[in-house]
This record gives sequence, structure tokens and C-alpha cells, in this order.
Amino acid sequence: MNETPVWASESFWKKTAIWVTAGAFLILVVLTFDSLSQTSAGGKRVPAYSVINKKIDYVYDAKLHKFMPVIGEQELLFGKEFSETEAEQLVMLGKKTTQAKNCMNCHTLLGNGAYYAPDLTKAWLDQGWINKEAREKMMIEFLMHPEKNARTFGSNRKMPNLGITEDEAKGVVAFLKWMSSIDTNGFPHNFKTINAEE
Amino acid sequence: MNAKELCEKSRASMSEFKTWVALDVSNLSPGQQLAVKYFSVAVILFFAQLLFGMIAATQFIFPNFLYGWLDFSVNRMVHINAMVVWMLYGFIGCTYWLLEEESGTEIVGLKLGELAFWVLTGAVTLVVLVYLLIQTGAGKDSTLWFINEGREYIEAPRWADIGIVIVMLIFFYNVVATFSKGKWSGIAGVLTLDLVALAGMYTAGMFYMTNITHEQFWWWWVIHLWVEATWEVLVGVIMAWSLMKLLGVKRQIVTTWLYIEVALMFGSGILGLGHHYFWIGTPEYWLAIGGFFSALEPIPLVAMVVHAMYDAGSHSFKNSNHPAVAWIIAQAFGNFFGAGVWGFMHTLPQINLYTHGTQWSASHGHLAFFGAYATINIAFFYLAIQHWRGGVWMSGGTANAWRWKWALGLLNAGVLGMTIALLIAGYEQSFIERATEGSSWGGYFAAQNHPSFQSAMVWRWFFGLMTFSGLILLIWDLLTIGKDETRKVQEIIQH
Repeated sequence: MNETPVWASESFWKKTAIWVTAGAFLILVVLTFDSLSQTSAGGKRVPAYSVINKKIDYVYDAKLHKFMPVIGEQELLFGKEFSETEAEQLVMLGKKTTQAKNCMNCHTLLGNGAYYAPDLTKAWLDQGWINKEAREKMMIEFLMHPEKNARTFGSNRKMPNLGITEDEAKGVVAFLKWMSSIDTNGFPHNFKTINAEE
Repeated sequence: MNAKELCEKSRASMSEFKTWVALDVSNLSPGQQLAVKYFSVAVILFFAQLLFGMIAATQFIFPNFLYGWLDFSVNRMVHINAMVVWMLYGFIGCTYWLLEEESGTEIVGLKLGELAFWVLTGAVTLVVLVYLLIQTGAGKDSTLWFINEGREYIEAPRWADIGIVIVMLIFFYNVVATFSKGKWSGIAGVLTLDLVALAGMYTAGMFYMTNITHEQFWWWWVIHLWVEATWEVLVGVIMAWSLMKLLGVKRQIVTTWLYIEVALMFGSGILGLGHHYFWIGTPEYWLAIGGFFSALEPIPLVAMVVHAMYDAGSHSFKNSNHPAVAWIIAQAFGNFFGAGVWGFMHTLPQINLYTHGTQWSASHGHLAFFGAYATINIAFFYLAIQHWRGGVWMSGGTANAWRWKWALGLLNAGVLGMTIALLIAGYEQSFIERATEGSSWGGYFAAQNHPSFQSAMVWRWFFGLMTFSGLILLIWDLLTIGKDETRKVQEIIQH
């Protein structure tokens, strides 16, 4: 009667713990290789950095039942066509600036971060920039002097001046434009872009 | 007053403080003395976490408060960093505490461990000072190396990352070498393998990447695989050991439970990582994998509740450290509700599409970090202070027991209140910002300006204050509990 059944024994669960952990980790490693190769810049899900030369939109795909980024014809940023290397340099400057200025501890990027300021995933496409002609200039001015160009929407929450230079601001805009082209499986849902008004 | 006078005065008040607390360090073994150093810094950082949390909470209500001096981003960063670091300090302290007893020998590299403690503490102080005084830098590598990496939870600049890895290696060496010199056990084995994973994961977060999808992919390896896998298992180890010591549960039972917990925790938690890969650009199959495995994540937490409650009940709650047992029970429930229920509530992709990046996450974060990790550390602080006092009786009936009871009540009620307030804010955001307005900037602010969101922030502030007063009471209690107690602890017999 005192014999411990297998399912309650220490050694059974020890072996189970080892096999389950090793198995789950192995699957994770395989999926990691697959995910990284599917999401390298220049693939279908994450476009090449030179996508900043193109028009980007985000529309509902009735067949897929979700919103999808749509990359259109040429629509230059700052009136310049960037080569792939130049585009990557500019986006890199922008990305480093978003880290150096700690954007993520007020904003969310791809929905991750803090919740004190709006999500930046589709910030490039936001209707808050009034129209496409005004957008680039408004974004640069806002990033460089947020306290003078406050966009508080009645909340009184102002972005502080973070000492962003003009080059850095251009980099951030390029980074945001590139980020808006990533296929995020339909997040955010129901987002109406600046193009929708036209 | 010149520097010399100031120095003497602070030394005098320090010795006055020491006389007042009247703790005798000779009651502790060398390993335990190292552990309480870690615990002391943990409590200081716990205080910092709540202080900066309160400032950030105030800014939600009065956005101009400290604007331009200590902006929300700085306060929020210190708030979450202090939390991660104090919990790590707590875990390292717990490990050093149980290491000698569990291995049956002295800590091999005690001097090295002491050195690592001072290096880590110096580095943490420097990092926080730079956060507060320099805050941000130019958009180049030197900023990421010396000021701030700007990645939520692991903002520490790269030089500090390298320092943390070195300190963790020393810690790891001490654990492995001590068990090797003394004796291994099931608990020792799980602890060692878990620390390998814990240190290894951290290196996944030490690289710069322009591709934000790749960057967030690896970033989650650190955050998720720490918090939802290796930390949980570490807590399982600490819990298993505590149940043996506090209640006299049989070793075979806690070890078997520990293996079950590891199987369930890693079995669900490793691939549960997928719930962070829904919307960052990663392939669609993560919606199914993440949804399925994270739905399983509460199961080990149920097992842990059953384990703790069954053991406590079967030993009729007979023990000599009531505050520690109370906090362990709080851990079992807090972990289940905070990590399990609150996590599950918004983990399925169909729901997460609307809740991702709203106050839902903050609601879950508050209850989960407190319930799963703050509680177990506090339980251990009580265990440590009992030994430091020379093994005196600590029960619900002793003089000034109201302090630990009220601290327990205020901290738990405060965090639960914040959790509910943030959940209401999260629901409102999901409806107005996400479902109706489609996550635009206009929609974001429409939700933020809504009266139900605004009042939720006020409620959160008050419950935050309740939590803060609970912590102050807790610190007072930890410094004084058992001071005039002469009765010794009963010997715990394992059965």
C-alpha cells in the first residue's frame, strides 16, 4: 500500500520536467530561426528600408479580415530618393534616436512601451498630421520643439523638449515611415489613415 | 558644517540607528550576512520603486507636475527598473541565504560574492544617477553605451549590462561551486539550471538592431523568459525551501512538486512567449501558438496554490513565523490572480488586438509583479529578520503585531485597488480608443480625456498612496519586530 505510484514519484516528474523543458525550448529555437528569416528587412512582412521612398497606406483587406499595409507608387521623403544604404543609415539614426530619447517610456512602439502617450506603430499615417503636404514639416517641427507645437488634444500632456536635432528628427520620421509599412497581423484594428480622407 | 563634521555626524547617527534596531549580526552565518546585505538594498530600491511610481501616477492627473525636470519617461523608467533590480537583489539574497544550509557547507567564494555585491550596488547607484541627472543623449551608440538603451525594463546602458553579466557569473560560480563542494539535491539542481537560463537570457538583450521586429523579438526573450519562466521557477525553488523550513513539509514532497511545477511552467511558459509575437511583425502562426500555450500558463500557478495551501493546512499552519507564512499565502494567491487570471484575461489574440498597449497591461503588471515576486521576497525578509534577531518567536499575538498585519493589509489592498482602477481604465481604452476610434492619436486622447479614465487615474493614485504607506509600515515593522521578544522559535520537525 505504501508504494508510490509512478505518476506521483519524484523520478517520473524529474524526467518529465527535463523532457518537457528541452522539447519546448527546441521548438522555440526552430521557430526563432524561421521567424527571424521571415522578418528580415527586405522580406514580405518587414519591407526594405528604401520603402521610405514609397507611398504607404494601411487598409482593410476583406478577404483576410484584417488591416494590411499597402505599399504604393513613389512618394519621396524630404523630396529625395534614398538608396537602400542611405535609407538604412537614416532609419538607423532614427531608431537610435528613439532609444536615446527613451521614447518607449511614454509611447508604445508596435504596442509595447508605456501608456502615457500615443502608439507610434502607424504614427506616420495618423490623421493628426492634417494632410500629406503639411505632414513632414509638422513632424520635424514637433519633434524638435514639442513644447511650442504641443499636440495635447485637450489632455494637457505635453511632450518635453528632448534636444532632438534636425538630422535626428528626419531620422525619426524615416524610422516611423518605415515602421508603418510592417505587416503587424492587423494591429491596430480599424485605424483610418491620413490617406482615407482623400 | 565642513565635510569632516558631516562625516562624523552621519557616523554618529548611523551608530545610533544601529543601537536602536539592536540586530546582532553574530546570529547569522557568513552566507546569511551576505544575504541580508542584498535584502537591505532590495528594500531601499523597493522604496524608490514606489516613490517614482507615485510621481508618475501624479503626472497622469497633473501633467505639468515636474514637467521638464523629471518627465514621465524618467520616472516611469526608474519605477520599473527599481522594481526589476530590487526583485533580483531579493532573489540573489534568498539564494545566498539557503545556499549553506541546502549544500551543508560554507560558501566557496564568499569574498568574491561580497565584492560582487559592492560592484553591483555601485553600478546600480551610478546608473540611477545618470538616469536622473543626464536622462537622454544624442541618437548614437555612445548614448546606448553610457546613458540609456531606451528599451523598456532593460534600459540599463551597455556597460552596466556587461557588469551585470559578470556579477551574475560570480553569483552562479558561488552556487555551483558550493553545491559541488557540499551536497546536491533536487532543489539545488533546479536552482542551478534555472540560473543558467536566467543569465543566458540576459545576453539576448544586449545588442542594437535597426530592424525593430528583430529587436523586439529578442527583447521579449529577456523580458518574457525571465518573468514568465525563469523567475517563476526561481520562486518555486524559494517557495519549496521555505515550506520545508517554515512548516516542516517533507523534502520528498516539495521536490516532487517542484519538478511538476518546472514541467508545467516551462512547458507552457517557453512557448507562451508567443503571446508577445502577435503584433510585432512576426509570422501569423504565433497567434495560434501564443494563444494556446499562454492559455495553459495559469495551470502551474493553480498547482502552486494547491501545493502551498495543502502543505500549510496539513501542518495546521503550525509555525513560529506568522508574517512569513501570511506573505507566502499572499504569494500563492497573488501569483495565481495577478499572473494567471489577469494574464489570461487578455492573452488570446482576438481580445489582445484591442487590449494590447493599453492600461490592461499595466493592471496585469501591477498585480502580477507584486503577487508573484514582491510577496515571496517580503516573506523571506521576515524569515531573515527572525534569524537576525536570534530566532525569536514571531506570531500574530505578540506585541505590536498590528504593524505587520496592517502592512500586509495595506500593501495587498493598495495593489489590488490600483489593479482594479487600471483595469477600468484599460476597458475604457479598449472600447473608445481601440474598438471605436481605431487607435489613432485622436482616439488615444479621446480615451485619455474620458471621465471614467480620469477618475480611474485618481483612484489609482489613492491606492498607490495606500501601498506606499503599507511599505513604510512594513519597513518600520521589519526594523522592530521581535525586539522585545524573549520566547524562542519552536523547532520545526519535518513530517
